[in-house]
Amino acid sequence: MTPDELYQALIVEHDRAPHNCGPLPEATHSATIDNPLCGDVVTVRLVVLPDDTIARVAFEGRGCALSRAAASLMTTRVAGQPIAAATALADRFERFVAEPADAPIPDELGELAAFRGVRAFRSRRSCATLAFHALVTAVRGRE
Amino acid sequence: MTADLAARRREFPALAAPVHGRRLAYLDSAATSLMPRAVIDAVARAAVQAPGSPNRGVHALAEAATVALDDARAVVAHGIGARPRDLVLTSGTTAAVNLVAQAWGRANVTTGDTIVVSELEHHSNLIPWQELCAERGARLAVAPVDDAGRIQLPALAARTKLVAVAHVSNVLGTIAPIAELAARVHAAGALLFVDGAQAVAHLPVDVAALGCDFYAFSAHKMYGPPGIGALWARGELLDAMAPWQTGGGMVTSVALSSAQFREPPHRFEAGTPNTPGAIGFAEATRFLAAVDRSDESRVHAALIDAITGAGGTIIGRPECAVVSFTLADIHPHDIATIADGEGVALRSGHHCAQPIHTRFGVAASARASIACYSGTDDVEQLARALARVREVFR
Repeated sequence: MTPDELYQALIVEHDRAPHNCGPLPEATHSATIDNPLCGDVVTVRLVVLPDDTIARVAFEGRGCALSRAAASLMTTRVAGQPIAAATALADRFERFVAEPADAPIPDELGELAAFRGVRAFRSRRSCATLAFHALVTAVRGRE
Repeated sequence: MTADLAARRREFPALAAPVHGRRLAYLDSAATSLMPRAVIDAVARAAVQAPGSPNRGVHALAEAATVALDDARAVVAHGIGARPRDLVLTSGTTAAVNLVAQAWGRANVTTGDTIVVSELEHHSNLIPWQELCAERGARLAVAPVDDAGRIQLPALAARTKLVAVAHVSNVLGTIAPIAELAARVHAAGALLFVDGAQAVAHLPVDVAALGCDFYAFSAHKMYGPPGIGALWARGELLDAMAPWQTGGGMVTSVALSSAQFREPPHRFEAGTPNTPGAIGFAEATRFLAAVDRSDESRVHAALIDAITGAGGTIIGRPECAVVSFTLADIHPHDIATIADGEGVALRSGHHCAQPIHTRFGVAASARASIACYSGTDDVEQLARALARVREVFR
């Protein structure tokens, strides 16, 4: 795994034109998380319906290509999902980036498998998981 | 590349191993410099020749460690023109700052006093003073820096007790005029603390000529091992300071209810000393004294040209050692990861100095820094790596 392979086309695309990037004034939940490695910061905002479905989700902040692409892909995956499914995905992704670089890639990750390269670069894991941490913090209601 | 540089590089084993299949261009010496074989061997030899616990026993191995530690302290002290008794061995610059903030600060700083730090300080020369001021009800004043990165020391308030500045900025590569600052600080009745971590490998340091009151530095930024550094202080200051940490090795006598402490520097060195580290520190001091640094300014200038040529924006006006920069709107971590793939080691992030990044309106930067083994071939490799970064994010 070379550093170049980390930057899959999908990651570069989502960095360049992220989905659901911007404010969400009607948000019911939000959380802001810092990346201690670099001082980067991401805010994730959600509209959660009474039945615990995530109706809308958006992120804002500053960060590297990995953290922005991860935030963008995260929003596309959890919008419309029940909270339980979103936190389960966050947990699965967190475990995935900590796995050995040559471990099989689980199907349930879908496009998030583009982050497979991060498994070889421990210092960049926190970039990939930043938005998921903010998501989990937000749904737990701990601002 | 000159034959001299090639020979010098062979002294650094870490330079021999390729990174991601490329020749290593190590441009992160400001974070930690590589160790020459002589230092590595000295540290390893310490485990064989001076394996005892120093200052605690009379048997042969303890004696060997005691002598080795004393000798090492003398070599390091002489390296900065100081007396050995005025040099406290610490775990590094960070511990040295904390030592002064606690041992000197708690006894000398009180409500209504002022401590001055500059805007460009590394967190380790900022947070201990923040904590001291909060604890003692003192005010923390900030000396701003200009657009070039020079410290603008304001008129000092009447009750200013201490001014703390970096000799060389770890982000901007600017050199603070220590002797000039010392004169101003002393005229106001305050003391000058200097964080020399980034300076010792690049500038001649003579504490008497600098005229400061405290000087802190780390071995691992001057070709020595990590985990050891030093605090130099004017003798009468150390004499008047109480210990900051207590325990074994720093006492003359102990009863169940009280203890008497040794003279400096031992009073400030509680616990079993890092003898191998001290021996490596001394060997690094010898290496540094002998090494030819005349090429560094040329390599530094080439670095500035290459980064500018690649479209980078340099932060401040660097004078030595480091060049921090941004490249379009590409995040520094992405720059450093792609550069790593090209065999180029760069630092990325805020380099433990967030406030100065804020001052220059950026969240983070990429930083290239040089040492005695750096050459223009490293700079050329960096230029190619930055072109590759541009390709990935075009």
